Amino acid sequence: MSTLTEAAPVGAVVAAVVAAELTYREAINAALQDEMAADDAVVLIGEDVQADGGVFKTNIGLLEQFGPARVRSTPICENGFMGVALGMSLTGLRPVVEIMFADFLPTAGDAIVNQLPKYRYMSGGQFAVPVTIRSISGALGRFGTQHSATGESWFMSLPGLRVVTASSPGSAYELLRASIRDNNPVIFHEHKAMYARKGTVRRGAVAEIGKAEVLREGTDVTIVATLLMVERALAAAAILEGEGIRAEVIDLRWIRPLDVPTVAASVARTGRLVVAEEQVHAGGWGATLISELAMAGQAWRSAPRAVSLPYDLPIPYSPPLEDEIIPSAERIAAAARATLGR
Amino acid sequence: MTARATSDRVAWFRKMLEIRLFEEKVQELFMSGTIQGTTHLCQGQEAVSVGAISAMQPGDVQTNTYRGHGEALALGMAPETAFAELMGRSSGCSGGVGGSMHLIDVTKGNIGANAIVGAGLPIAVGAAVSFQIQRKPNVALTFFGDGATNIGTFHEAMNMAAVWKAPVVFIIANNLYGEYSPLLTTTPIADLARRADPYGFPGVVVDGQDVDAVFAATTAAVERARRGDGPTLLEMKTYRYRGHSRSDPAKYRPDGELDAWKARDPIDLAGARLAESGALSIDRQAAMRTELQAELDAAAGRAAASPYPTLEETERYVYAD
Repeated sequence: MSTLTEAAPVGAVVAAVVAAELTYREAINAALQDEMAADDAVVLIGEDVQADGGVFKTNIGLLEQFGPARVRSTPICENGFMGVALGMSLTGLRPVVEIMFADFLPTAGDAIVNQLPKYRYMSGGQFAVPVTIRSISGALGRFGTQHSATGESWFMSLPGLRVVTASSPGSAYELLRASIRDNNPVIFHEHKAMYARKGTVRRGAVAEIGKAEVLREGTDVTIVATLLMVERALAAAAILEGEGIRAEVIDLRWIRPLDVPTVAASVARTGRLVVAEEQVHAGGWGATLISELAMAGQAWRSAPRAVSLPYDLPIPYSPPLEDEIIPSAERIAAAARATLGR
Repeated sequence: MTARATSDRVAWFRKMLEIRLFEEKVQELFMSGTIQGTTHLCQGQEAVSVGAISAMQPGDVQTNTYRGHGEALALGMAPETAFAELMGRSSGCSGGVGGSMHLIDVTKGNIGANAIVGAGLPIAVGAAVSFQIQRKPNVALTFFGDGATNIGTFHEAMNMAAVWKAPVVFIIANNLYGEYSPLLTTTPIADLARRADPYGFPGVVVDGQDVDAVFAATTAAVERARRGDGPTLLEMKTYRYRGHSRSDPAKYRPDGELDAWKARDPIDLAGARLAESGALSIDRQAAMRTELQAELDAAAGRAAASPYPTLEETERYVYAD
């Protein structure tokens, strides 16, 4: 399956790219397989990663292909095994750490906040810290309030860290490969409600770090989104098109570094902005983007708007309630209309 | 157990003395404002640093803590480099951005000095597992205090090391106080070596004032790890002469306790043995002290004359290419 990339030299971007239709789950599996085949230093650790392809079946075949030393199930101790990953990265390995639910990232809070991003700096640049954290994120799994966060903006204020989100099979593949190849700690957020989504994957391609992607061009309003909100933003744009509104949709991808220039270039044309977030707006990437644009002197045609989770409500289990609070395509479309005074 | 030549014992004595005098100088430089912030001195614990580090082989690594001057110097960091780091100078081991709590030198196997209690333990386990995966014959050591045996990462690291038979040696410098609190007010047992029992590997109580005993116990643990037999927990019974940090006068200690421990000072103990065996007379020990003091004074002077880094120059420490 990975004959294209197995022969690739370590660290090289594979020249040959072949398109394939894969699910989001298969795309993540393919990225792991291709990076582990390309570089013996890449290892996968985390809770139950060996067990039957992992809890979300993203790791199917990896144990068989790469063995239990490189695909290693850990005890349930996120801070401990995150520290283990750091120690591995200082001594020649490139660990990928699976965090079964993003909600468990804070359990590894010291490792994520104080260790991974600062380790290189506080040593005066003596180390590289090539650790990729796969954070299984997002709501709509009916998992209740402690298993449903995206967590995508929790760690965006930490110098030394990168944070990235995957909104489709194609971006999941290319961004996960970029994350693993990067010599810095990266939190890679994958959305658990999207594992069965199908899409085109450019097998062999590696994404550029820090670049957002304009998925749909438009002139009336810019909609910026991440993760599941990207497909809902695209659906909103389709609704709006029927009403004569041309929406530009940007998949932000990277939350740190934040691609302000790509968004700014779009808003400079449209003059209107909607941020669609599966998180509370305050303290997140949406608020930061609006702040950055405001400070840069953006001349708005109308006030920017956020479609996000409620400020004062955790994510509930009850299915109709969970559905109600996660922003829908219609809510995003309504916000876009509102920026046009409709 | 590996017997060591007299020349090694003289070198250990000299290194312990260097650490002691280095920290005396640090204290002096604090009083004059040349060093700022805080520092955590390891005076009284020098035998733990020197005896254990001397059991390492090329390619082995260790992590230590904010009380890490002893390990850093025992691993061979030049005092001038260490002074410069404490003074925030560009020529410091960590470019001056780390400070007293982060004396790090990867070229000497010093892969971390951590300011978060317990954080160095999983890192050492990770390094040990890394050696296993890469089939390298190396061992990781991790130094920490008695206080760290109550934090989660201690137990998480011990558990993972046991499950994976990782080549790691856990070294507690049990100096009887976790920050300002006496051990038995925070911990239900006095012998912390027993904390290895539930993880199914050996825990050994060691006289941390005796550099020979520290070296022997660490060598046995390192050899066991290198053979593939897994981790060991070593509890070094020791004492810190000063408070937790610069701002702590350590008034919580009972009268006479400090003097009782000073009566078994690790440098005096080693010095007495060397004098008795004729390897290093008292006079030569005194001359060594004078010589070290002059070297350290000069090193501190050179460090103080070196420039501060610029913010621009430290930006490249944030992200690796």
